[in-house]
Amino acid sequence: MAATRADVLKMYKNMLRESSKFSFYNYRMYALRRVRDSFREHKSMSDPLEIQRNMNEAHRLLNIIKRQAIVGELYKFEKLVIEMQGDNNKH
Amino acid sequence: MACRNVTVHNLSKVVRYFSQKTAEQESKFVSKMGFLKGKPLYLDAQATTPLDPRVLDAMMPYLTYSYGNPHSRTHMYGWESEEAVETARQHISDLIGANSKEIIFTSGATESNNMAIKGIARFYGSKKRHIITTQTEHKCVLDSCRALTGEGFEITYLPVKSTGVISLDELNSAIRPDTALISIMAVNNEIGVIQPIKEIGELCKSKNVFFHTDAAQAVGKININVNEQNIDLMSISGHKLYGPKGIGALFVRRRRPKVFLEPIQSGGGQERNLRSGTVPTPLVVGFGEACRIAKNEMAYDHAWMTKLSNLLFEKITKALPKVVRNGDDVHTYPGCLNLSFAFVEGESLLMALKDIALSSGSACTSASLEPSYVLRAIGADEDLAHSSIRFGFGRFTTEDEVEYTAEKCIKHVERLREMSPLWEMHQDGIDIKSIKWSQH
Repeated sequence: MAATRADVLKMYKNMLRESSKFSFYNYRMYALRRVRDSFREHKSMSDPLEIQRNMNEAHRLLNIIKRQAIVGELYKFEKLVIEMQGDNNKH
Repeated sequence: MACRNVTVHNLSKVVRYFSQKTAEQESKFVSKMGFLKGKPLYLDAQATTPLDPRVLDAMMPYLTYSYGNPHSRTHMYGWESEEAVETARQHISDLIGANSKEIIFTSGATESNNMAIKGIARFYGSKKRHIITTQTEHKCVLDSCRALTGEGFEITYLPVKSTGVISLDELNSAIRPDTALISIMAVNNEIGVIQPIKEIGELCKSKNVFFHTDAAQAVGKININVNEQNIDLMSISGHKLYGPKGIGALFVRRRRPKVFLEPIQSGGGQERNLRSGTVPTPLVVGFGEACRIAKNEMAYDHAWMTKLSNLLFEKITKALPKVVRNGDDVHTYPGCLNLSFAFVEGESLLMALKDIALSSGSACTSASLEPSYVLRAIGADEDLAHSSIRFGFGRFTTEDEVEYTAEKCIKHVERLREMSPLWEMHQDGIDIKSIKWSQH
């Protein structure tokens, strides 16, 4: 079954939500940027097969993000100076 | 004697300047990172890059339950590890346009460089006794060559132009009938300059000389294709492209021409007899995944590096006069920005910027106060070579980090210049170079 527009939007939101759980600043910012940019890049994709292929890849990446965010939470580490000065990490 | 007088006022400033410096040095050791709120930002991507979470994810099974020795032929543990190693080998060869059989795993680019240079020299040494390299190579290439001098080889260390790029004419005229190898790095680790690899490759092919390139800083970042660029041997490093540390590879051409090497390590004959020792499956899997990602992400990452590099350079040069970019304006990897701040000592600036992890050049030589030999080779003035800082960006660097760095950098350069008597003299229109400092 081909992915609908709603499926894609749901995936986008899921990926952003899970990405924001990376406790390491640089991983978190990269994941958010990368997810936004790739969905934007493929915005006008219309071929159902192509969309499905990308959705499968997104699904694989979503699982990686989930697992790796957990790994990041298992170990304590110091925050970066840039996170200590307030609003910089709230995006 | 035509000598300008340094006024008493200026002299006392000199004394104050230097005593301030030692106080800063001391406080650095007392405080270490203690007073800092938070960990420094990381802008030293040429030294190493953080492991990509996607890479760690690929490695995890092989760090835990899939622990077989990839050379074990009699059971499933061995087979699954072997399969993973071969898949990784394929990813690496795909990234550089090679055949997977041409990839030899090593511990990193230093070992690959040693293997290539010493291996070629010793195998072909009975007839060919000459090697060409450049003055701006990485320490391990220069040191391998120096070791070969002791074995009776002749080495030509080519100079580079002020941009850091070699001259093809000079390279051409340095080639002799007994030249065995030309070793020239693809991207310089200190100034980010990209050498004309394709042209060098063509020249080497036409002269029947083997061409080795140290591409530790290039693979995964700029387009490298061993066939289009006629590369015969190439060193790659895992941890410079978001892979794990302790793994690298040497590409050794198998066809047209087939390259033979004298192995350095003796043992079980792994890796086509060229590099004995058990292949570390988890590291290789991570390295392979890093290469697979790099291939897909190269254009995206490159655009990001360009954006960050331009942002930092424009912010700094807009606010500060007398800032020089070391290296070439065009033929440069944008993830490496090497700047010299005139009238500021690089070490003092590094200390002032302790909330940013930076380096004045190669990590291998950052302990010494000597100015970088790379900057000397491009003809930078001694004082400018002393005042250089390398900013290294990566996939995980953010715009906020770059802006923070630019602000801090501008603030501290202004502060240090204010303290510097030389800067004051420069402001007064005195040409510092015309001063003859005399001892009394």
